[in-house]
Amino acid sequence: MAKGVRANERIAGWLFVTPVVVILGLFLLLPIGMALWVSLSGWNGQGSPMRSDVPFVGAHNYTRLFTEDGLAREDFMTSIRNNIFYVGMVVPVQTVLALILALVVNARLLKGKSFFRTAFFFPSVTSSVAISVVFIFIFANAGAFNALLGLFGIHGPQWLSDPRGLVHLLLSGLGLVDPAHPPAALTGGGAFGLTWWQWLSGPSVAMSVIMMLVVWTTSGTFMLMFLAALQDVPVQLEEAAVIDGASRWQRFRYVTLPMLRPTTYTVVTLGLIGTWQVFDQIYVMSQGNPAKTTLTPAFLSYRTAFKNFEYGSGAAISFILFLIIVVITVVQRWLMRERRAPGEPSQARSWLPRQRRTQETAEVGERGAKA
Amino acid sequence: MTEKRTLASTFAGYAILVFFALVFLYPFVIQIAGAFKSEAGAAADPLTPVPSPVDTTSFLSIFSKTNFPLWTINSLLVAVVVTLGRVFLDSLAGYALARLRFGGRTAINAMIIAVMAVPGVVLLIPKFLVLNQLGIYNSYTALILPVIADAAGVFIMRQFFISIPVSVEEAARIDGASLFRTFWSVVLPMAKPALITLTILSFQSSWNEFPHTLVAVQGPQYFTLPRGLADLVSGSLGQGSQYPLKLGAAMLATIPVAIIFVIFQRYFVRGASEGASKE
Repeated sequence: MAKGVRANERIAGWLFVTPVVVILGLFLLLPIGMALWVSLSGWNGQGSPMRSDVPFVGAHNYTRLFTEDGLAREDFMTSIRNNIFYVGMVVPVQTVLALILALVVNARLLKGKSFFRTAFFFPSVTSSVAISVVFIFIFANAGAFNALLGLFGIHGPQWLSDPRGLVHLLLSGLGLVDPAHPPAALTGGGAFGLTWWQWLSGPSVAMSVIMMLVVWTTSGTFMLMFLAALQDVPVQLEEAAVIDGASRWQRFRYVTLPMLRPTTYTVVTLGLIGTWQVFDQIYVMSQGNPAKTTLTPAFLSYRTAFKNFEYGSGAAISFILFLIIVVITVVQRWLMRERRAPGEPSQARSWLPRQRRTQETAEVGERGAKA
Repeated sequence: MTEKRTLASTFAGYAILVFFALVFLYPFVIQIAGAFKSEAGAAADPLTPVPSPVDTTSFLSIFSKTNFPLWTINSLLVAVVVTLGRVFLDSLAGYALARLRFGGRTAINAMIIAVMAVPGVVLLIPKFLVLNQLGIYNSYTALILPVIADAAGVFIMRQFFISIPVSVEEAARIDGASLFRTFWSVVLPMAKPALITLTILSFQSSWNEFPHTLVAVQGPQYFTLPRGLADLVSGSLGQGSQYPLKLGAAMLATIPVAIIFVIFQRYFVRGASEGASKE
């Protein structure tokens, strides 16, 4: 009898998971295998890539992105440069903004919190394409944002068609460098087909519009994560700090912030993974223009495959992007493990005076263990 | 002294909240107002929240100049089928992975978690290759089948089933009911909150889905709303910027998710925190 139940479970178990396994296998795992093959081939989109007459080119689709002088490498390196600046601006800004919003929404004395929480979160649930359409209008030459700047007497740039890099603009604004005649030290040398001057351009004005859009749409979700973590900070801990005469800033720095560390890591990781994948907004708002300053690896991979019909090269770019994201995730996991080493006292505990470290910290420890 | 400080910080708190509420909501005001302006009006005065005069030409053009009704029907069809499929298949698999003992369960669990970590954007070319190979590229099947089950949904359901007590279903199973009957009429009704979360997240994500449509279909008869909107932006309208029309179409495409958001907000919030616990 018991044996029969077990056999039933075995059959039912497999029946229950089969549809999901088949779909994920067929449309996720198998495609990755096929794409790996295509990335080693010279398939041009004609017929099936699995036929025997499709040329095998080995690692050429990969190596030419790094070692061969030419348009392919220049575009790829430009896209990497653009995405690095993009990640470097978007991740810190959205993390800090989400934290500030969560702290303000979480403040005890304020009313109408749920309205503000809803307001900040709403952009996150809307369609990326629909919202990109709105931002194209807002940042049009005669758009709402320039009209707003006009109220303050500022003449705004032609946002989405301005390829000038922000670092270049800053340097010339400070009078250090004339962008028409960049210093020979920077234009003379370079790496991977771009000069140092090109590598150090900063995100373009057009890219900064896309960065603003993305910060605007993602901060709400991350705010909710911080908010959930803030609600887990025990009130006693804060009260103890108040009694000990800690200033507001000290309370935030030495009590709240250490408690938020796991959430911060999550937000930063999700941010890094998400920002390396930026695609929809680029597709709708700029298609990589102006002057390739909004080209990103994700969009370049799509364009190379579906517009230039170089599927092998496009797939190779995808895999490199995949690798970048995997490396970031692994490094982040490793850092997090370091920080959470058992026995290491958290900053919150070591800050609390000795005699107070009994009741409250025991509770904190318990909560920590549960989480 | 302290009272003054409290008052000042309360004021500062509200100032920050109101400022950011404007930043986060005013673009939608601009969008709605822009949709009700004439083309010249939108260009001359993009910032004002109240259009004067109110002009509804853009909405007439949305229905006469574009395939908006077709996109809406396609979006509804895809979103409804994908949502039903995900809710059923994900909870079935989530239940088996949480409760049933069968060989290979650990491996499948690991696969689900690994698959969740695969960044979606790098799958665009791979997905196209398979759809092309299977001969279903450019069809409703291509729009629906690859996304009809998702690893994150299986994960959410599995976590939920692990968190509820086994006693009730065990009682049902001892009564001799088949495992599927137990699942269908005892377990699923208990899983209502998780099912609602999954329904809402699935509907929202398939309604908003864009990149998958790029590699699944090319015929305009299969365009969903995001694909159609993207097509409008890339200049399929012909001359002029036609901002009111585009803003109006984007607004109409946003309304269903906005309504669901207002009604079921707490489930979206739960979804966001599930996203956090995935890491």
